[in-house]
Amino acid sequence: MSLLSEMGQKAFDLGVPISVHMDLTYRCNERCVHCYLDHDDHGEMTTGEIKGILDQLAEAGVFFLILSGGEVFLRRDFFEILEHARRLLFNVKIKTNAVMIREAEARRLRTLGVDTIQISIYSHRAEVHDAITKLPGSFDRSISAIRLLKQQGLKVTIANVLMTWNLGDHVEIRKLADELGATYTLDPTITPMMDGDTSVLQLRIQGEDLQDVLRTSELVPNMEEFCAPPKPVSEHDLEGYSCSAAHSFCYISPYADVFPCVQFPLPSGNLRQQKFVDIWNRSPQLNDVRSVRAKDLTVCSSCSHVTTCTRCPGLAYLEGSMRGPSTADCEKSFYRTGIPTANMLAQGVTKPNSRTLIHIKPVAAATL
Amino acid sequence: MSDTYITRSSAIAARMLAGEMMVMNSADSTFFTLNPVATAIWQAADGRTPLREIVRTKICEQFDVDPAQAEKDAQEFVADLSQHGILLVSSQPFADPPTSPSAEEKP
Repeated sequence: MSLLSEMGQKAFDLGVPISVHMDLTYRCNERCVHCYLDHDDHGEMTTGEIKGILDQLAEAGVFFLILSGGEVFLRRDFFEILEHARRLLFNVKIKTNAVMIREAEARRLRTLGVDTIQISIYSHRAEVHDAITKLPGSFDRSISAIRLLKQQGLKVTIANVLMTWNLGDHVEIRKLADELGATYTLDPTITPMMDGDTSVLQLRIQGEDLQDVLRTSELVPNMEEFCAPPKPVSEHDLEGYSCSAAHSFCYISPYADVFPCVQFPLPSGNLRQQKFVDIWNRSPQLNDVRSVRAKDLTVCSSCSHVTTCTRCPGLAYLEGSMRGPSTADCEKSFYRTGIPTANMLAQGVTKPNSRTLIHIKPVAAATL
Repeated sequence: MSDTYITRSSAIAARMLAGEMMVMNSADSTFFTLNPVATAIWQAADGRTPLREIVRTKICEQFDVDPAQAEKDAQEFVADLSQHGILLVSSQPFADPPTSPSAEEKP
């Protein structure tokens, strides 16, 4: 285990929020076909409110700070916020589409000691990328920004959300990332919109297409291990937790709402009404999330995949229960290994069928 | 013997976790944890106070260590962190000391 992993585990064990994802705005200059956000401004935090929250986060022990959106560069005060965050010695990662990054912005990001800039690229083909973002010229502008950032010596990650529109492009995007000197990350997860609208789920890649992606040798260093049948589950395994959400990580929205994770829309407190440390330590919702061990999962506790599955409790929550299965992750486990999950067997199927298995109970959009 | 002045690099991130100072250099992702003595030196690296003075006031007075040994250890520690770009070292005081506050420990 690396030193960094050791400290991450220590934070998890002690309940220290070592990492926070903060969306500064939901406004965006792109209109991506798969996006789950409502891009109107319903009362974003002011500069002063954000700085005050950053002060609280530093005091609470937060080390890794992810600033995202929406598009963060649409906030005119973005660099003022970033300067404050760096003055507080956060390790800052920025998620952006980068279309507003020119040479001056790239230079300033380097001067401020930003750790990584993660940029969404959907295809190596400009026409496909631009069709997904619905912003003509966005591919050229994002790629140009990546070159400028690399010239400044900054670390860049290309994030490739994979869906039906760009299926099959991931190998070429990976090559493009290599050419640009960027690292590459792929995510085939499409989530319902914040108002519960599930129409975007039609963009999810499924079936054999998902299997092909999960078994792409260029993306998986150890294919044999990755696709191996799960090992027998021990009692110790069932004492484990799903992920870091609410243990050492949480999400803050542009409206100061706190959630266990960016993909877990369970309102857990508002920083306009309470201090961060009070929400972190006393929120009934966060404490509920923290209490869930593998043995408490209604279906997954009896699943052979329980220790290796990427089960997301946030996606499970969107399906009706944070203790229930996440169908999208069931599919991944099945197509990775060829072994049906307990959820599939309970449904009486031996092959997943997302369109019928997904059952979303919308969260109250007004609380978001 | 000339004085040594130290200041923190602008590329670093730092936070205290359970009594250990975590330090990370964004330029090359090197990650360290500092022991209490090293943390005291790092926190006092204001670019204006000579290292010898930091060792005398922050180390010898707060930790039970031999002054000569403390200064030798401090020089080695500073050399190590400067090699990783975490501390900047000069024989002259730095013109613009960092404005960053010290990383706070979790309450």
